[in-house]
Amino acid sequence: MSLLHAAILLPFILAVGIPLLSSLLRSAHTGWFVLPGPALLFAYFLSRIPAVQEGQSITAAVRWIPSLGIDFTVYLDGLGLLFALLITGLGSLVVLYSIFYLDKSKEAVDRFYVYLLLFMGAMLGVVISDNLMVLYGFWEFTSISSFLLIAFWHRRERSRYGALKSMLITVFGGFAMLAGFILLYLMTGTFSIREIIGQADAIANHALLLPAMLLILLGAFTKSAQFPFHIWLPDAMEAPTPVSAYLHSATMVKAGLYLVARFSPVFAGGAEWFWLVSGFGLFSLVYGSYRAIKQTDLKALLAFSTVSQLGLIMSLLGFGSAAAYYSGTGDYQLYAAAIAAAVFHLINHAIFKGALFMVAGIVDHETGTRDIRKLGGLMAFMPVTFSAALIGAFSLAGLPPFNGFLSKEMFFRAALQMLRMDIWNMQTWSVLFPVVAWTGSVFTFLYSMLLLFRTFTGKLQPDKLEKKPHEAPLGMLLPPLVLGLLAVVFGLFPNLLAYTLIEPAVASILPRELSAAGKFKVDIYFWHGWTAELFMTIAIVAAGTILYKLYRRLTVLNRPLLRRISLNAAYDGGLRSLEMASQRLTNAYMTGSVRRYLIYILTFFIVALGLTMIGSDAFRFDTSGYADMSAYEAAVAAALILAAVAVPFARSRLTAIILTGAVGYMVTLFFVLFRAPDLALTQMIVETVSVTLFLLCFYHLPKLRREKLNVRFKLTHVLISAGVGILVTLIALSASGSRAFDSISDYYLAESYNSAGGRNVVNVILVDFRGFDTLLEIMVLGIASLGIYALIKLGADSGAGGLQ
Amino acid sequence: MELFMSLTIGVLFAVGVYLILSKSLLRIILGTSLLTQGVHLLLLTMSRLKTGAPPLLGEKADAYVDPLPQALILTSIVISFGVTSFFFVLAYKAYQKLGTDNMEELRGDEHE
Repeated sequence: MSLLHAAILLPFILAVGIPLLSSLLRSAHTGWFVLPGPALLFAYFLSRIPAVQEGQSITAAVRWIPSLGIDFTVYLDGLGLLFALLITGLGSLVVLYSIFYLDKSKEAVDRFYVYLLLFMGAMLGVVISDNLMVLYGFWEFTSISSFLLIAFWHRRERSRYGALKSMLITVFGGFAMLAGFILLYLMTGTFSIREIIGQADAIANHALLLPAMLLILLGAFTKSAQFPFHIWLPDAMEAPTPVSAYLHSATMVKAGLYLVARFSPVFAGGAEWFWLVSGFGLFSLVYGSYRAIKQTDLKALLAFSTVSQLGLIMSLLGFGSAAAYYSGTGDYQLYAAAIAAAVFHLINHAIFKGALFMVAGIVDHETGTRDIRKLGGLMAFMPVTFSAALIGAFSLAGLPPFNGFLSKEMFFRAALQMLRMDIWNMQTWSVLFPVVAWTGSVFTFLYSMLLLFRTFTGKLQPDKLEKKPHEAPLGMLLPPLVLGLLAVVFGLFPNLLAYTLIEPAVASILPRELSAAGKFKVDIYFWHGWTAELFMTIAIVAAGTILYKLYRRLTVLNRPLLRRISLNAAYDGGLRSLEMASQRLTNAYMTGSVRRYLIYILTFFIVALGLTMIGSDAFRFDTSGYADMSAYEAAVAAALILAAVAVPFARSRLTAIILTGAVGYMVTLFFVLFRAPDLALTQMIVETVSVTLFLLCFYHLPKLRREKLNVRFKLTHVLISAGVGILVTLIALSASGSRAFDSISDYYLAESYNSAGGRNVVNVILVDFRGFDTLLEIMVLGIASLGIYALIKLGADSGAGGLQ
Repeated sequence: MELFMSLTIGVLFAVGVYLILSKSLLRIILGTSLLTQGVHLLLLTMSRLKTGAPPLLGEKADAYVDPLPQALILTSIVISFGVTSFFFVLAYKAYQKLGTDNMEELRGDEHE
């Protein structure tokens, strides 16, 4: 147990303790008790920076299930530390924000903080765990707590829909990821990520590597809302805004990026990984930014923007994977720069997107709407909010002097770098990369400006607003302002981050390459000269401004395209048809008719046994040991067969019962013929009593009907019963024809008198050698008679509704 | 003899199965009764028929038939008698309460 373990467990402990504490102190908002937790954790993780910067990593293990190789091992390196700082830092700000956002008297705030703390602990667990199974456990924990948080206002239908959708999609990806982890375990024999990375060379050509890669990527893409799994994210905006800001922009959706970055040392260096990661990333970038333009709801716009920005980071991780291929050559530094850009933009995105979501929450809170068609002219009323929004939106658009500008420049440099690549068919396709990146950035610029100016400038429409707009309380403004300040500071002094966080994170994404080529130096300059990237940015501003001016006139831009063919319709239709198909399937075979079920059972019996007999060549009929047969026995057998066959043809109840009785008496005669006196006696008595019971009971039943079946149905019944009959005959013949060893009955015959003092061997077996059977058989008879008694007695007491 | 007994058992099974596939409760119970007889005869047949005297040691015979299957069948007869009697009464009560002995009409409530 180390401090790191305690850090992961602290939110869980708080989640248990907070409701108790707040029930004692009812006057204060629960959030004030929560706030010290993440703040303390943030301070703790800040204090780890110097050690990690030196290249030291912290490892500690707690034994959990050693027999399966599953231990709660934690591992803190540059990548884990970066995420841990994001989680705890933004977590503290979001808790502070939510204290003012959620009204203590109207909302179930205790519940909110319990879910939020569960999420925080789970997320810390994801980024600090070294064991795959522990990582998976925390991963699903984030899905579950996210589900609970989205449906926080569970009386709204849309909240429940959004929660269910995100649950289904992320858990689907989670299961795929689990399968991928198990494949990795099969290849390497360990669940430890460290050890798997250590064996990366050994498994590089393993047949299971590609399936494992695809499954793990599926997990990463669903969690990080990459196309086409992004559809849950816009619907998750039904959550309270602090949740959207925290989970659905800064932390949980980055878990997929974390996964890709974490497994880069295992998978990177191949064409499949490069194309999948950068291809899906670039497509999500363009698609998300294009869809964001058309949104009229502030949070939906931000949701699509998140999809797009996550696509950008994902594609950078894909570009950077080429560094693994060029490992050891001079070119690798150029590709490693893409990884640095990914890490830098990941931090920047968390900062400005968190701020923008909080701004959207403030606007919603103070005006009562998030619809940008109803908003406008808020600048005069909410100057502080406007400044935070301006910094966030400009940073998102990639304008100087904010941090988004720098990471966008680095993104362009990485995309241009792709032009130089001559492997993996890149000669043909490389020109697309900068073009796609540039197009996506133009859309990004456009929606950032729409977001900012249509909310805060223009004319105020007071009649459309539910409340009179005014500035938010200080506590609510503080978190976005802190984030805005960070955006400016990191924009002007990017190297504050470069040496402390980015370099160690890059070192953990590209561990082998760096050890081969020495330490990787990240240098981010605010002014990098008249480069191609800068001209691309200038072109973005120009093109974006023109599009913004034309926005109202260009229907292509603001009218939803392809409304009918949407992924949401496919998802909803898929779920609906799945439900309908399974219902139809179940109704088709679960008819409620006992006959139908008997047909299934008997058909299965015939097919399974018949195939087994054919398959095992069981038809061995050895007639040598057969007893001879007298005319008397033949007559009894013939009578038995006749009586049995006549039963289905009997018209009256009495005939059928008597025929069945006749079969019973013929069996009695067989017992006599086959030297079984006790059996004959019992059978005769039981048969007599049974027939009497039959007659007694069925005196009250209606006349026996001849079965009126249609021919097809009757034929089925005949075929099934003939099949069973033939099969049983064959089994009987082959069983008596192939006896593997002698009976143990010689022992009973020899010892019946010597050991048990009885000469009737059957009776000695029943009460002495195998007396337990008899005991329980007596019990069966007792239970049956008690049951009959209860049936008659209780039925008579409550028999008011009986037969008229 | 075993060959012929196997055929007889096959007929008992076929008729029993045909009866339990029918609609009437009475026929179903008669079918189970026939199946029981078939099983008992099958047990006896599979342990070789007529290999000696009845298993009573007072006979002083050279060989006796196998006593073990007889003990098993005896147990089975008693158990199936108990179960069949219970079914009789259950069928009787079901008819009394529900007014039908048609299995196709005895289905669960659709709205349960």
